Amino acid sequence: MANFIDRRLNSKNKSTVNRQRFLRRYKNQIKKSVSDAINQRGVTDIDSGENIIIPKQDLSEPIFHQGDGGIKDRVHPGNDQFSPGDKIPRPPKQQGQGSGQGDASDSGEGDDDFTFSISKEEYLNLLFEDLELPNLEKNQLDKMIEYKTVRSGFCAEGVASNIDIVKSLQGSIARRIAMSASKRKKLKQLEQELLVLSHDKHDHIQQERALRLEIETLKSKIAKVPFIDTFDLRFRNYAKQAVPTSKAVMFCLMDVSGSMDQATKEMAKRFYILLYLFLSRTYKNIDVIYIRHHTQAKEVDEHEFFYSQETGGTIASSALELMNDIICERYNDNQWNIYGAQASDGDNWADDSPRCQTILEQQILPKSRYFSYIEITQRAHQTLWKHYQKVEDSHSNFAMQHIKSVADIYPVFRELFKKNTQSVA
Amino acid sequence: MTNTNDDTAQKTKVTPLDDSPDWTFDLLGQYQQEIARVADFYRLDTYTNQIEVITAEQMMDAYASVGMPIGYSHWTFGKKFIQTEQNYQRGQMGLAYEIVINSSPCISYLMEENTMTMQALVMAHACYGHNSFFKGNYLFKSWTDASSIIDYLLFAKNYIAQCELKYGISDVEATLDACHALMSHGVDRYKRPQKISLDEELKRQSERAEYLQSQVNALWRTVPKKAEQKHEKKNIFPKEPQENLLYFIEKNAPLLKPWQREIVRIVRKISQYFYPQKQTQVMNEGWACFWHYTILNHLYDEGLVTDKFMLEFLHSHTNVVAQPEYNSKYYSGINPYALGFNMFIDLRRICEHPTEEDKEYFPEIAGSNWLDTLHFAMENFKDESFISQYLSPKLMRDFKLFHIHDDSDNNYVEIGAIHNEQGYKKVRHNLANQYNLSNIEVNIQIIDANIDGDRALTLRYTPHNGVELGESKDEVLKHLHYLWHFDVKIVQEMKSGEDKIIASCPQKNKDD
Repeated sequence: MANFIDRRLNSKNKSTVNRQRFLRRYKNQIKKSVSDAINQRGVTDIDSGENIIIPKQDLSEPIFHQGDGGIKDRVHPGNDQFSPGDKIPRPPKQQGQGSGQGDASDSGEGDDDFTFSISKEEYLNLLFEDLELPNLEKNQLDKMIEYKTVRSGFCAEGVASNIDIVKSLQGSIARRIAMSASKRKKLKQLEQELLVLSHDKHDHIQQERALRLEIETLKSKIAKVPFIDTFDLRFRNYAKQAVPTSKAVMFCLMDVSGSMDQATKEMAKRFYILLYLFLSRTYKNIDVIYIRHHTQAKEVDEHEFFYSQETGGTIASSALELMNDIICERYNDNQWNIYGAQASDGDNWADDSPRCQTILEQQILPKSRYFSYIEITQRAHQTLWKHYQKVEDSHSNFAMQHIKSVADIYPVFRELFKKNTQSVA
Repeated sequence: MTNTNDDTAQKTKVTPLDDSPDWTFDLLGQYQQEIARVADFYRLDTYTNQIEVITAEQMMDAYASVGMPIGYSHWTFGKKFIQTEQNYQRGQMGLAYEIVINSSPCISYLMEENTMTMQALVMAHACYGHNSFFKGNYLFKSWTDASSIIDYLLFAKNYIAQCELKYGISDVEATLDACHALMSHGVDRYKRPQKISLDEELKRQSERAEYLQSQVNALWRTVPKKAEQKHEKKNIFPKEPQENLLYFIEKNAPLLKPWQREIVRIVRKISQYFYPQKQTQVMNEGWACFWHYTILNHLYDEGLVTDKFMLEFLHSHTNVVAQPEYNSKYYSGINPYALGFNMFIDLRRICEHPTEEDKEYFPEIAGSNWLDTLHFAMENFKDESFISQYLSPKLMRDFKLFHIHDDSDNNYVEIGAIHNEQGYKKVRHNLANQYNLSNIEVNIQIIDANIDGDRALTLRYTPHNGVELGESKDEVLKHLHYLWHFDVKIVQEMKSGEDKIIASCPQKNKDD
C-alpha cells in the first residue's frame, strides 16, 4: 500500500521563520559585520547582498561531550601494515581524521568562521534599522512628475489611424443582427407559409404571388442594412497618466584639500552611501556624479574621489559652479530629480563663501529636489557654515548638519531628512 | 548477483518496466507495485507508505529540521538551513536522495530531480527497508509510537508558537536553548518510557501543569518542619542518582514556570523519539541497503527491469556502500551503510553457503533459513549487540579491520588487534563497544539537590576509561543553571578518591 503525494507546489520556504530567528539572534554580530562592510563597498554597489561572518564559537550549541585523555579504543578499516603490538608515535592532534576522533556529533563542524550571505533586502533592512528608516520610508520626498500615454479603453470618436478593427466589426455584427432580427423572423414565417401553400393540392396563385412579393421586399430590406456604419466604429482611446520619474542624479561634492584627511573622507563616504541607498529605494535609475574640489573643481570617478589626496587652498564655489554646469549640460531639471550632497571640513576661502551662497540660492536650489551639506570637523564653524545657515533659513530644500564623529552619521542623516519631510508635509 | 528464488520459474516473457530516465506518477505507481510485491514475498512488514515528491529546496528544509516533518521554530534550524543551502550551492555536498520518517503512515520524501531508477531505489530503500525496520525492531517498538508522532510534533509546534506569543520569543528561545544543550540527557536509558500520545497529552497537559507546580511548591516549602530531624540525617534528594537530567528538571526545578516545564517535556519527548535511531544506525541503514539491493535484483531476475536500469542502480549503490580505508583522504570513520549492508549480505551467505569457519563461529545460524535469521536479527538487536553477535571473521578480513589502543599516558598508540585468528574477538568486541551509546555519551548524573539548604544542584561525572569531560561543560552548565536558577556544579572523583569540583555555575574562584 502506498499513497503518492505531490508536494512540489507546497511552499518551499518552511525554514524562512527559522532563518529569521537566526538573524534575530545574531543581530548584533550581523550588524557589526554589515557596518564593517559598508566601508569596503562602492557607493553605488547596492545590488549585492553581503557576506556575513560570525565567529564560530559564538554560534556553538554546547552539549556535554567527552574530552581529552584516558584510554580510547578505536577500530579502523584497511589495515595494510600493522601487526598486533606495533607502537606508533601519536599523530599530532586534530590533524587527519584517521587518528580516532570520536563519532560524537559535536565534532562535525569545521574550524572556520561561520560565513553566510544575506540578501540585498536583508542588508538594507539591517542598515536602515539603525537609521530607524521607517520614519523615512513613510514620508517620501516629493518627486518630479512626468506624463505617460497609456491605453484606456475605447471610444466612439477618434482619428482614423486609431480604429480598432476587431471592436468595430464586432459592433457591426451586433448592429446588423439587431436591425434585421424582426425582418428575418417575419421572412422565416412567410417562407414557411409559402412552403405550406406550395404543398397544398389546390392552387393559391394569388396568395403565393403576394407572399413572394412580400418576401422579396423583406429580403431587399435586409440587404439594405449597411455592412458597416460610422456608428460601429470604435477607436482606441489613450489617456495621459502621471508617473513619477524614476530618474535621479546625485551629486557628491567634497573638499579634497589638504585639511581633509582619510578618516574624514570615510565619514563622508558613509554619508554618501546612506544617501544613495535611500534614494535607490525611491528611484530606479540613479546617476552619481562625483565632484571634488580644492581651489578648482573636477569631475572624477569614485575611486579618485575618495582616495586621492590634493593639497592647496579651498574654493568651494568652484564645485558648485561645476555642478551647475553639469546640470545645464546633461541633467535637464524637468526630467531629472536632482540631489546634492556636499561634504567639507568647513575650510573655505573667506571671500568665497558669499559666492557659494549666491550660487546655491540662485542657480542650484531652484533646480534641486534637495541639497544637503555636512560639515565634518572638530573645530569651530567658519564662514561657509554661517553663510549656509542663511540659505537654510530661507530654503526648505536645503539642510545642513554638523558631524563630529562616525557615530553622528546615522542620527544626522535622519535629522537631515526629517527636517525636509516636515517642511514638505 | 543472481537470485536463487523458488519462483524464478517464470513461464512467459515479462515486459520490462519503462526505464526512461524521466519519472511520471504512473511509472512510480508501477514500480511501487512491483517492489511491494517482492517486499511482501520476503515478508517485509511495513506501515502504510506515504510517498511525497518534493523539490530540492524542500529537501533542504527537511534537512534543516533534522528529520522532523513538523518542527517548532528555533534559530538552530535556521543555522542548519543556511549551512545546508551554502554547502549545496557551492557544490560541496549533494542532497540525500531521500528522507524517511518513522511514523505511521511512514512518510518518505522523493526528490523531484531523481531519475526513475533513483526513485525506484529510494522506494525500495526507504519505503520497504527503513519502514519495515521501524515497524519490526524492538527498540522502535518499545520507545516510539509511530502513529502519534506527527500529532505530537504538531502539538509541540503549536504549543511553542503559543508560548512565543504569550511570553515572548526571547524567553522561549532561551528555554529551548537550555533544553537542547541537555537533550541527550533527556532519556531514561534503562526504564521503558511511556509512549507519547497526543490525546493523552492534551487531556493531561493543563492538569499536569497545575499539579506539577503544586508538587514543586510542596518540595520547596520553606517553613521548617521538625528541627530535630535535620540533625539526625541530612535529607538526600534525589534518593538515587538521576541520569535523566531533563526529567529531573521538569519535575523538580523550583522556579520554572509551568510553560517552561512543558517545553522541557517536549524536548525530552523528542529526544526520546530519536533515541532508537541513534542506537541502530548501522543496522537500520544496512537493512535498508540490503533490501533495496535484494529487491531490485529480484526484479532484474524476473526480467522486470532492464540492464540499463541495473547499471545506473549499481553505480549509485556502490557509491553508497563504499568504505574508504583509514589512510584515504575520504576516510571519516566507518561508513554505517557499508558495514551494515555487508553484515546483512554476509549473514545471508553464512546461512546459505556456510564455511567451516562459519560453522565454528556461528553454529546456530550456519545453514539455517536465511530469511528467518535476518528477520530475527533485525527485530532483536541494536548496533552494539548486532555487531558483537554477527560480525564474522570473513567480514573482518574483507574490511581489514584493526584495533588501535590509545592511552593518553603513553606517547604512542598501540595496535591492539588485527584481522587474524587471535584478534577476531578483540576487534569485534571493540567495534561493538564503539557503538555502545553509554561509551560515547557522557555519564553524568544528578546526585544532590540540597533541598534543605541553598538548593545547589550537584552532578557527578563518572569518566569512562579516564576520559575527561569536554571543554563545553561550562557552557552547558550555564544552560542548566538557567533552568535550575540556583548554583549548579559538577564533581568528579579524582584518583586520590576525593571529589573535586570540575565545573560550576556561577563560576567560583579557584581559591574557594
